[in-house]
Amino acid sequence: MAKSATPAPTRAAKTRRAPAAKPASKPVIVESDVTSAEDEATFALRSLQQAHANNKRYEANADELLKFYEQMVLIRRFEEKAGQLYGLGLIGGFCHLYIGQEAVAVGLQSALNEGHDSVITGYRDHGHMLAYGIDPKVIMAELTGRAAGISRGKGGSMHMFSTEHKFYGGHGIVGAQVPLGTGLAFAHKYRGDGGVCLAYFGDGASNQGQVYEAFNMASLWKLPIIFVIENNGYAMGTAVKRGSAETHFYRRGTAFRIPGMDVNGMDVLEVRQAAEVALEYVRAGNGPVLMELNTYRYRGHSMSDPAKYRSREEVQEMRDKHDAIELVKQDLLKAGVTEERIKEIDKKTRQIVAEAADFAESSPEPDMAELYTDVLVETY
Amino acid sequence: MAIELKMPALSPTMEEGTLAKWLVKPGDEVKSGDILAEIETDKATMEFESIDDGVVGELLIAAGTEGVKVGTVIATLQGEGEDAAPAAAPAPAAAPVAAPKAAEVPKPVAAPAASAKPSADPQFPAGTPMVSTTVREALRDAMAEEMRADDRVFVMGEEVAEYQGAYKVTQGLLDEFGDRRVIDTPITEYGFAGIGAGAAMGGLRPIVEFMTFNFALQAIDHIINSAAKTNYMSGGQMRCPIVFRGPNGAASRVGAQHSHNFGPWYASVPGLVVIAPYDAADAKGLLKAAIRSEDPVVFLENELVYGKSFDVPQTDDFVLPIGKARIVRPGKDVTIVTYSIGVGFSLEAAQTLADEGIDAEVIDLRTLRPLDKAAVLESLKKTNRLVVAEEGFPVCSIASEIMAICMEDGFDHLDAPVLRVCNEDVPLPYAANLEKGALINAGQIADAVRKVCYR
Repeated sequence: MAKSATPAPTRAAKTRRAPAAKPASKPVIVESDVTSAEDEATFALRSLQQAHANNKRYEANADELLKFYEQMVLIRRFEEKAGQLYGLGLIGGFCHLYIGQEAVAVGLQSALNEGHDSVITGYRDHGHMLAYGIDPKVIMAELTGRAAGISRGKGGSMHMFSTEHKFYGGHGIVGAQVPLGTGLAFAHKYRGDGGVCLAYFGDGASNQGQVYEAFNMASLWKLPIIFVIENNGYAMGTAVKRGSAETHFYRRGTAFRIPGMDVNGMDVLEVRQAAEVALEYVRAGNGPVLMELNTYRYRGHSMSDPAKYRSREEVQEMRDKHDAIELVKQDLLKAGVTEERIKEIDKKTRQIVAEAADFAESSPEPDMAELYTDVLVETY
Repeated sequence: MAIELKMPALSPTMEEGTLAKWLVKPGDEVKSGDILAEIETDKATMEFESIDDGVVGELLIAAGTEGVKVGTVIATLQGEGEDAAPAAAPAPAAAPVAAPKAAEVPKPVAAPAASAKPSADPQFPAGTPMVSTTVREALRDAMAEEMRADDRVFVMGEEVAEYQGAYKVTQGLLDEFGDRRVIDTPITEYGFAGIGAGAAMGGLRPIVEFMTFNFALQAIDHIINSAAKTNYMSGGQMRCPIVFRGPNGAASRVGAQHSHNFGPWYASVPGLVVIAPYDAADAKGLLKAAIRSEDPVVFLENELVYGKSFDVPQTDDFVLPIGKARIVRPGKDVTIVTYSIGVGFSLEAAQTLADEGIDAEVIDLRTLRPLDKAAVLESLKKTNRLVVAEEGFPVCSIASEIMAICMEDGFDHLDAPVLRVCNEDVPLPYAANLEKGALINAGQIADAVRKVCYR
């Protein structure tokens, strides 16, 4: 990366001049020829962001746009239904909805090789599963705790996996998926299978220490991983500004020489284009990339969160002016797709979700014998 | 006056060492900081420096001498102005004092004395040739054999590769398998335990070494929340076949933060397999089984027994079953249930008791989860008296669990209350006498046995 870079004046370069102005009694930092190399390295850390800034939106054809729209609408309708079933008492425990953030999972995962590249995330996982083509029925049946659920009813909303799709969860401990994802990337590199891991976490998880332990090793060993921070503005009820000293999360990898990208997570085409840039870098064996996806969740942190920490107006503003699904819809119309076609998709999606809900409600609960299965794989 | 140079203790557990090489000869002038000799400890080859200026007098221990006890005078140094040559006939370096392999095996301070020979393991046929192997080597051999057999197996941890292992357990693995499969990590337990667990989920077979299990507390979230629960939470879809291994329990005077047996902690978690072997054969056979297991395994070793040698059967593929206890000494009067370093103490106690006419059966649990309840109850049925010996805290311990099992399922067979011999219920102190007072020993076990036998 560095060789094509024109050393630009950087913040780091300015900082280095500072010691000269300090009192003479302080030790003077000896300038060396390392300086220019450092400038280049600093630029390299910003080069992906630069590449993204130069060409922000993915040029999707009508079919791709339709696919994005379909998937995003599926996630939204699915989550709305899940919220409804929660209200009816059919879904219990914790249930974290992805409404508002759809463009992130759909934009990023559309760039992946499904079934080959791995995906891992935290507990807000329904959307990432749907974006990876996992059957809505078995997801919804897991939410209702039924035998037909993807985890046989033993995982619930936060613990769903599909090794077939290379979706590795579904993790309930904030930040744990980051080293785990780094391990998945390690396995890709170890096997030399060319795969990449996409590890999602939130602005809240970004303050966990283990995230930086993983950054260090991922960069040290040049592992094929994209760290994706979904910055939805709130770590449960704590606004980013109240919990983070550095709120530009994409910069948080620079101490580990991980290039960062600041991406509008409310536009699926920008997300997809950013994914292209990041994937090219990672697949070339350069090591990890850190992407910050600026997004917004319309609902509370979980179903039991009244979200009193933000104003109705704030949420309404996002819904009205920045909604990711509305944006794709506009793009579809511009691309010549008819309103009718769009309505057809909406109708079909409602039907898919209704069927999933029916399936999830009517499927039997797990057999009591399931209580004792799967504790260990082997018998000793 | 000549200064006596003594065999130094170069590690917390070192009791003796090999004087590998002298780098000076009598008459050489040395300054403080000059290297006098190379000494092999139980962990590494160390350089022995002079702390005084002077002239080398006599070399009292020949290069190559093994088993030189800590504190033995190995050379003399003449202070400045003193006569360099000793009054007595100088012993030339070429004809050093004969000090071959110590005739008497020095009795370890903390590790149990070798006593009654454990009974043969029924897992291999009688007549199988045996090779004396240290626990340390047995563990290494187990890893090396499994790595040869399966490319998915790799080792990661702090100092496992270039340093050859903080306790030399991974010695030689880097040379044989290269840095793709023997991986030095930064000091970052939470991170690399998570990376290991993720790699296991992704289809590899990681062996994650913790320099000691005390440091694994930083990583316990991944051991429990990520590794142990995944198979269940996924309805059997996603496995995490990983081995977390390293030394556990008290070492020797390393203080409270480095001296903790976490066996009961891990053994309380469904979804984990927990193994804590004592001798070299079990260490090898069970580590191989652990690496092959589809389940996450916590493999608890003990630093104080790393250097002890035991017979290991020389067979092509020596694998032992997980979850099976072993009668290491059959007896009819009383049962001592124990594991890890407690086995040595228990055998020592059994020997003492035999002289008094009490025939104790010693059971090594070997696996703490799943626990071999049947073996415990079977023995209790025979002896009707039971003592648990555990190098660890008494509260909520493996001993507590064994006692509960005896109450619930063995009550009718009990002729006396079950007693436990555990460490004192205090953080482990540093002072030698206090530490000794806090840890279990053979005498306490023998006392408890006498009590349950009403003797």
